[in-house]
Amino acid sequence: MREYQNIFTQVQVAAPDYPGVPIGEDERNRTKGIVHNHLLGKLGDAQLGPIYLGTLGVFSLITGLLAFLIIGMNMLASVNWDPVQFVRQLFWLSLDPPGPEYGLSIPPLNDGGWWLIVGALLTLSIMLWWARTFRISRNLGMSNYLAWAFGGAILLYLVLGFIRPVLMGSWNEAVPFGIFPHLDWTAAFSLRYGNLFYNPFHMLSIAFLYGSAVLFAMHGATILATSRYGADREIDQITDRGTAAERGALFWRWCMGFNASMESIHRWAWWFAVLTVLTGAIGILLTGTVVENWYLWGMKHGIVPPYPPLEATPVLDPMMEAAQ
Amino acid sequence: MKIFTMKWFASAAALTAALLSGCDIPPQESVQRGYRGTGMEAIYSPEALQEVVAANQVPDAIPAVSSEGPKAGDIYQNVQVLGHLSVGEFTRLMAAITEWVSPEQGCNYCHVPGEGFETDTLYTKKVSRVMIAMTQNANENWDAHVGGAGVTCYTCHRGNNVPEYVWTIGVPPRHASGVVHQMQNVAHQESNAYASLPFDPFTRYLLEDNAARVAGDTALPTGHESSIESTEYVYSLMMHYSDALGVNCTHCHNTRAFAAWDQSNSERVQAWHGQQMVKEMNNAYINPTNEWLPAYRQGPLGDAQKVNCATCHQGAYQPLLGANMLADYPNLSALAPVAAPAEPVEEAEGVIMSGEAN
Repeated sequence: MREYQNIFTQVQVAAPDYPGVPIGEDERNRTKGIVHNHLLGKLGDAQLGPIYLGTLGVFSLITGLLAFLIIGMNMLASVNWDPVQFVRQLFWLSLDPPGPEYGLSIPPLNDGGWWLIVGALLTLSIMLWWARTFRISRNLGMSNYLAWAFGGAILLYLVLGFIRPVLMGSWNEAVPFGIFPHLDWTAAFSLRYGNLFYNPFHMLSIAFLYGSAVLFAMHGATILATSRYGADREIDQITDRGTAAERGALFWRWCMGFNASMESIHRWAWWFAVLTVLTGAIGILLTGTVVENWYLWGMKHGIVPPYPPLEATPVLDPMMEAAQ
Repeated sequence: MKIFTMKWFASAAALTAALLSGCDIPPQESVQRGYRGTGMEAIYSPEALQEVVAANQVPDAIPAVSSEGPKAGDIYQNVQVLGHLSVGEFTRLMAAITEWVSPEQGCNYCHVPGEGFETDTLYTKKVSRVMIAMTQNANENWDAHVGGAGVTCYTCHRGNNVPEYVWTIGVPPRHASGVVHQMQNVAHQESNAYASLPFDPFTRYLLEDNAARVAGDTALPTGHESSIESTEYVYSLMMHYSDALGVNCTHCHNTRAFAAWDQSNSERVQAWHGQQMVKEMNNAYINPTNEWLPAYRQGPLGDAQKVNCATCHQGAYQPLLGANMLADYPNLSALAPVAAPAEPVEEAEGVIMSGEAN
């Protein structure tokens, strides 16, 4: 017999159009059309729409698309407008920040200027989208967990691309727009500042990032495993703890001695996710501004284990030797 | 249903095979080269190693001859950098150089038939004189880099007129005229081992006199200024080192602290001396030859083809896997004595190389 399950369900519930709760004056910002799609129903809700775009959403999309377009056009220009080369080299192509010689001044458009404009447009787009999450939450009578969590990610983005470069006095410190180039930036950043892995806030960020993944898997698995007892109605189970919540809790209690509650697991998850970007942002912010070389800093403070010399004759800097 | 499953399984297997096709066949051999737990290991694929061994065989040496007897400088005319050799040694070296550099063209690659060996008609002859002095200088003055094995013409040439791996000052590929090309983010560049890093790290660090150092040397900021851009240039140079020597980063560095010398292997010091040596070769020897070079021996900016790590190393951690070819050709181990050459020098250009580069 086919049975209904949350995610891997063989049964799809066909429901009439549901336009959502009335939101008063903002109603005009919502599209009218509603589509039902069987494939979407395999993954989530089969209903697509109505979409609430609003002024914020429209401007966010416009500025975001503009930024995307400018990046693409700059990449195209760097391969002489050749579409074949554009596709072939796409992962290598980039829109780079201005060179170090420009400091924080405004560079010519073709030598980093476009990067600044794209940064401004993209920031605007993201901030508008953030305001949009805030407003939609308000309209639906929700509190603002989503907006603040998104805000954490935006903080990290701003630290990387704006706040830290300004503190360092050079746009060149910021991240380029490109697939491989931004990865090269990451590696170069760590090389320049003496190994980011010895940055305690980077350590925390990694712990929260991996922790988020583990928590997400643990929670998802627990709910799926107990949904046959009603765990898919998680919110009910928070206030009216039933056998699903009991079994899930008992599993983790027996397994590792401690269990979250049906409510607190969501707070765990929220804080793990938010702290990933928050601690990450602090770690990036301190790099170069407050700490020059994380390895040497870690040595100084006993974080880094000292190893015995590799060779009988210690290896010395040849430039120091020459100076002496 | 069953057919569907079989198809699915077959395509999954094919996809896996395709994804793994770029890998070396295990098992790999690893050699610990640093403190335990730091990942300082050399990883060898026996299969790939065989190719390296095959590509780095030394040709049989020409039987040695006596260094006694009249000197080449006294017998022949216009012998500037090998005048202190006996006639026998001189002839033997000429034969060897022909075998190493122009096995197809023979003597006529440098000498015009019927004109006499002393004339400097061909640019190849003038260049080879400079190259001989460069080799002598490397062996005499750069023990810190080439010590133990030395270099001969064959180290780089391997039977080619021009060594297989040379470089010229980089120019950006075709781009829109209004764009200032950033000299990076270009696919399929051998110079930086196919990364999107700057594609010409050589001009900065193997021609111009810049120290390839970017990491701060204090825990807290003390005014050390080094941009992300220059870090990427050094990174690119290191990609070249690694690629040219067929080694990974841990050949020299403990990767927890790339910049720290007290964490590094002595190979890193050797590499540093190598960088200084190559800088000298490019500036004192190769660049001055540019005035004689035909356009087809020059880069797009009209500069001479220069030396980098790959020129000698060619994918081996030691050129020719450390074979001491110089022992068979000791005539290349030192510069000609500076004391006045036996023949009055006829051409001014020839002189620049003989001793001043020390």
